[in-house]
Amino acid sequence: MKLLVCIKQVPDMESKFKIDTDGVWYDRGDLAWRMNEYDEYAVEQAVQVKEATGADLTVLCIGPDQVKETMKKALAMGCDRGVHIADDQSHRRDPFQIASLIAAFARDKGFDLIFTGMQSQDRGSGQVGVMAAELLGLPAVTTIVGFALAGNTITVKRELEGGVKATVEATLPALVTCQLGLNTPRYPTLPNIMKAKKKELLTVAAADLSPADALLNTVKLTFPEKKGGGVFLEGDVGEVADRLIRILKEKTSVLA
Amino acid sequence: MKMLLVAEYRQKKLLESYTELLAFAGQFGAECAMFLVGDGAAELPKFAGRLYLADVATYGEYNPDAHKRLLLDVVAQEQPEMIVFSHSSYGWDLAPRLAASLKAAQVSEVVAVDAGRLVVPACNAKLRRTVAGNGAVTIATLQAGAFSLADAAAGSPEVIAVKGEGQGRVALLGYEAAEHGGVDLTKSEVIVSAGRGVGKPENITLVAGLAKALGGEYGASRPVVDAQWVEHNRQVGTTGLTVSPKLYVACGISGAVQHLAGMKKSEFVVAINTDRDAPIGDVADVFAVADLKQLLPVLTEKLQAL
Repeated sequence: MKLLVCIKQVPDMESKFKIDTDGVWYDRGDLAWRMNEYDEYAVEQAVQVKEATGADLTVLCIGPDQVKETMKKALAMGCDRGVHIADDQSHRRDPFQIASLIAAFARDKGFDLIFTGMQSQDRGSGQVGVMAAELLGLPAVTTIVGFALAGNTITVKRELEGGVKATVEATLPALVTCQLGLNTPRYPTLPNIMKAKKKELLTVAAADLSPADALLNTVKLTFPEKKGGGVFLEGDVGEVADRLIRILKEKTSVLA
Repeated sequence: MKMLLVAEYRQKKLLESYTELLAFAGQFGAECAMFLVGDGAAELPKFAGRLYLADVATYGEYNPDAHKRLLLDVVAQEQPEMIVFSHSSYGWDLAPRLAASLKAAQVSEVVAVDAGRLVVPACNAKLRRTVAGNGAVTIATLQAGAFSLADAAAGSPEVIAVKGEGQGRVALLGYEAAEHGGVDLTKSEVIVSAGRGVGKPENITLVAGLAKALGGEYGASRPVVDAQWVEHNRQVGTTGLTVSPKLYVACGISGAVQHLAGMKKSEFVVAINTDRDAPIGDVADVFAVADLKQLLPVLTEKLQAL
């Protein structure tokens, strides 16, 4: 069995973001980078399937050279090899273009199961996995919080609104997009980090995969307007507590 | 502008969220048709326009292959300029399938319309992107609660039955009810919620202590529930509970869109966070820039002394 997991490198969401000079994306300098949180669950699930079945597991990541750092984490978690689709412009590409790159790489490779995160933390479109499946002609199930594989069949739980889950079945080959809480992503151990350095990391130029044309343009990137009227309390915690209690007495009925 | 709105039917019920699609269309003064895989004998969406109705008994509540094919037929007939879904477990699953088939731009989780352009959140709502599709058709999914009708939906649609191939490669086997039992946060007048900023599970007692001092219940954001520091039935947000208490105190919660969707209708919101730029500030009436580990014990003690 052959498995593929697709990951993205994103900035730490606690970062102070600045708008880039082009006005359509954030400034990529001075940021701490990490694996998209949703993708950690995808990698963990793929590694669990590999461990249970002896499957071969490839991790794919699109972006500039720096994404290799994030790929090393996936390799240390247990992926067998990395495929880096080198693309300095990946942050400007829309979800359909990213999906077209994944599909161009995966086509004819015979992957039985493809894992992605359900969305990225920075763009949050939730489109790439499903679109890649469509382009590859595979069935896809989104937002999974439970996963079981028996023979050629996957039985997964989809997370719906209000805590309801749907149990869904599909036959391989298939693609699933992973939601937070699907499993507990492992921390790579030091020996596995060392081993990961020796694993194969293949680079393919994005241009060689003929990405599709963009369907979507970002007109501008802005900071949201603050609601206004919100009061900031700062300083000594005793004083902050007193002022907060005063406000609650004035503005709410909960201390009455 | 012609729009095709995609309504949802789940667990044998038409979802009210179709009214949000109508509210969005209203901002464009669009001429609307609607698509629904539902039950013709049950309640139908209230609006004046064509309702393309496929029978849920044949096509199922979740059968993305079949629903996509039915939608593609309706799109071919209606030739809409925009196709609009809710950004829901149904919408975010089906919309990209349609977008890929039509090679149409999809705009996910629209929160506002700015001069006819669509605005979506980025980076956990710390940023906003204004976007535009390049082609003749744009697909949009709308953030829950971002658009609402001023008046109740009204009118009766002209029902047009649609049929197609019912086969699909993904089979819905059944539903699993939400875990309940014990506490019901939706009935609480005061909720104090813990976010990732609590740091470690021991600090949940600080949050629970403040909740008790305020005569309320404690809740949590998703990461805290995923870490199993707090039970699932206390999770506030898109995939947990939607609450509207008199007072909501967000402790160490940055304010991811999924969390805001679950609590932004609270009457009064207090945020306690060390990061004064955290997006929770967008909905906070009071923002205490403080370390919750220091502020909560002091605040709780003072409240108990009242």
